[in-house]
Amino acid sequence: MIGKYALRFAALGYLGALLAAPLGYVFWRTFRHGVGPAWAAVTTPDALHALKVTLILTAIAVPANTIFGILAALAIVRHRFPGAGIFNAVVDLPLALSPVVVGLALLVLYGRGGWLGGHGVVFALPGMVLATIFVSLPFVVREVVPVLREIGTEQEQAAATLGASTIQTFTRVTWPAIRWATAYGVVLTTARALGEFGAVSVVSGRLAGKTESLTLYVQDRYQSFDEVGAYASAVVLALIAMTTLILMTTLKPKEETR
Amino acid sequence: MIEARGIVKRFGDFTALDGVSVDVPSGSLTALLGPSGSGKSTLLRVIAGLETPDEGTVVLEGEDVTRIAPQERGVGFVFQHYAAFKHMTVWENVAFGLKIRRRPRAEVKQRVSELLELVQLARLGDRYPAQLSGGQRQRMGLARALAVDPKVLLLDEPFGALDARVRKELRLWLRRLHDETHTTTVIVTHDQEEAMEVADCVVVMNAGRIEQTAPPRELYDNPANEFVMSFVGPVNRLGDTFIRPHDVELLLEPNGSTQEAMVQRLVHLGFEVRVELVRDDGETLSAQLTREQVEALELQVGQIVYVRPMRQTVFSS
Repeated sequence: MIGKYALRFAALGYLGALLAAPLGYVFWRTFRHGVGPAWAAVTTPDALHALKVTLILTAIAVPANTIFGILAALAIVRHRFPGAGIFNAVVDLPLALSPVVVGLALLVLYGRGGWLGGHGVVFALPGMVLATIFVSLPFVVREVVPVLREIGTEQEQAAATLGASTIQTFTRVTWPAIRWATAYGVVLTTARALGEFGAVSVVSGRLAGKTESLTLYVQDRYQSFDEVGAYASAVVLALIAMTTLILMTTLKPKEETR
Repeated sequence: MIEARGIVKRFGDFTALDGVSVDVPSGSLTALLGPSGSGKSTLLRVIAGLETPDEGTVVLEGEDVTRIAPQERGVGFVFQHYAAFKHMTVWENVAFGLKIRRRPRAEVKQRVSELLELVQLARLGDRYPAQLSGGQRQRMGLARALAVDPKVLLLDEPFGALDARVRKELRLWLRRLHDETHTTTVIVTHDQEEAMEVADCVVVMNAGRIEQTAPPRELYDNPANEFVMSFVGPVNRLGDTFIRPHDVELLLEPNGSTQEAMVQRLVHLGFEVRVELVRDDGETLSAQLTREQVEALELQVGQIVYVRPMRQTVFSS
C-alpha cells in the first residue's frame, strides 16, 4: 500500500515540479495584471504576424508529414526494397540531430554560395517551412509503423480476395486500423512544429514582422525586457498545443485509448 | 474446376513448391494434406493469387488466371486466423464483398441475412469480431467468403486455431454446407483425420511435391508410398514391412506364422484399446483391439502373446 502511494506521489511530484509548476508560473506571470495587458501584448502587429507565421508553418508541415509519414510507414512495413533498413534509420535522423545543425545545413545548402542558393529560400518563409518539416518528420512514421506491424497483412489479403482494389483496401481496412495512431502522430507533429525554435531560428534571419515565428517572438520579447509580451505569447503557444491534445483525446473513442 | 500445372514457387533458397500439378473437379471438396512446410498453404495461396508462382499456370473454370490479381479471380478465401475486419461488425464483415461490388442495398441486406442464418450467426450481426468465440469468428469468415458467390472456396487451415471439440463440429458443419452449396472447395490441413472426414479427394503433399492424390478410402487402403502410409494413419514399421495397428492380431498360442511379443502397456481409449508390444528382437509395435477382444484374451502387462499380421504392406525401392 505504502509503496503504491509512494510511487504515485513520486510520479505526480516529478510531473508537478518539471511540467505543471513552470507552466503554471508562466500563466500566473501572464495574467497577474489581469487579462487586459496580456491581450494587448498578443495583439500587437508583430505578435499577430508571428502567430500567423507559426500557423502557416504548422499548416504546411503537419499535412506534408502526415502524408509522407503514412506512405513511409507503409513502405517500411509492407514492402521489401533495397535500402529499407537505411531508410528506416534516416527517418529517425531529425530526432537525433540538433535542430541548430539542421538550420545550418539548410543555410549552407540554400544560402548565398550554396549548391541550391539564390532562390529566396533562406531568411524567408520557404526556408522556415523546410526546417519545420525536417524537425517534425519522424512522428507520424514512428506512431504508424508498430500498428501496421501488429495488424499484419491478413486483413488486407482478405479484402483483396473479396475484390477490393488497393485504394479500397487502404480506405476501408488499413486506414481504420491506423487512424488513431496517425492522429497521435499528428498531435506530436503539431506540437513539434509549433514549438520549433533552433532550426527556424538559424534559417529565418529573425526579421520582426517578417520571418519571426511565435517561438522566436517569445525570445525576442524576453530579450527586449517585455515580460508580459513574452509570457503572453508563450501562453498562446501552450494553448494551441493543449487544444490539439484535448481535441484528440476527446474525439478518440474510449475503447481505443492506449 | 481448378487446374494447377507445374507450379514452382521459391522463397529465396527455399523451394516451397517443386513442380506441383493438381486438378480439383467442379463441385468437389478436396483436401491438401501434409506436414508444415510441405507447401500446401503456398499452393492454396497461388490458386488464390496471393502468391505469384515462379513457374506454372493456374486455370480456374477454363480461364488462365496465372497473371490475374486476386481481386479478379472470384475466389473466396478463409484464413486460419480469421483475418476478421476488426473495426467492422459481423454484418459489415459479411457485407464487405457485396459493398465493394456496389450491389443494391436491398440485395446486400437480403444476402447477408441469408448467410448469417446459414452460418448460425443471425443474432450476432451487430457484434464486433472481438466479441465472438473462435468458432463464431471462423463461421463469419466463411460467410464473408461465400457472400460474393465465389467460383471456388479456399480454406487455409480454417479450424487450426480452434479447440478439438469445436474443430470437429465445424468440420461436420462444413461438409453439410458443401453438400448444400456444391461450391468447388479446397481445404488445407495438416490433420489427416480432418482431411479424411470432410474431403472427397485428398492430395498428400510433402516437401513441395505431391505424394498421392486419391479418395480417402483408397489413400488409406492403397497408400502410394511409405510417407503416405505413415501420414494418413498410425503404422508399425518392422524392417521393410508396414502394418496398421488394427491389422495386428494377437493370439495366446503360437502357430506357424506368429511371432512372440510381450505386452508392455495397455492404453484404454474408450471403445478401443491400444496394446503396446515389444518383440523378443527388441522391435516395438502396437496393436489396436476392441475392449471385448482385450477382455477375451485377458491381456495383462508383462504377458507373452503371439503376433500375426493380418495384412501388411511392403513398398518397392
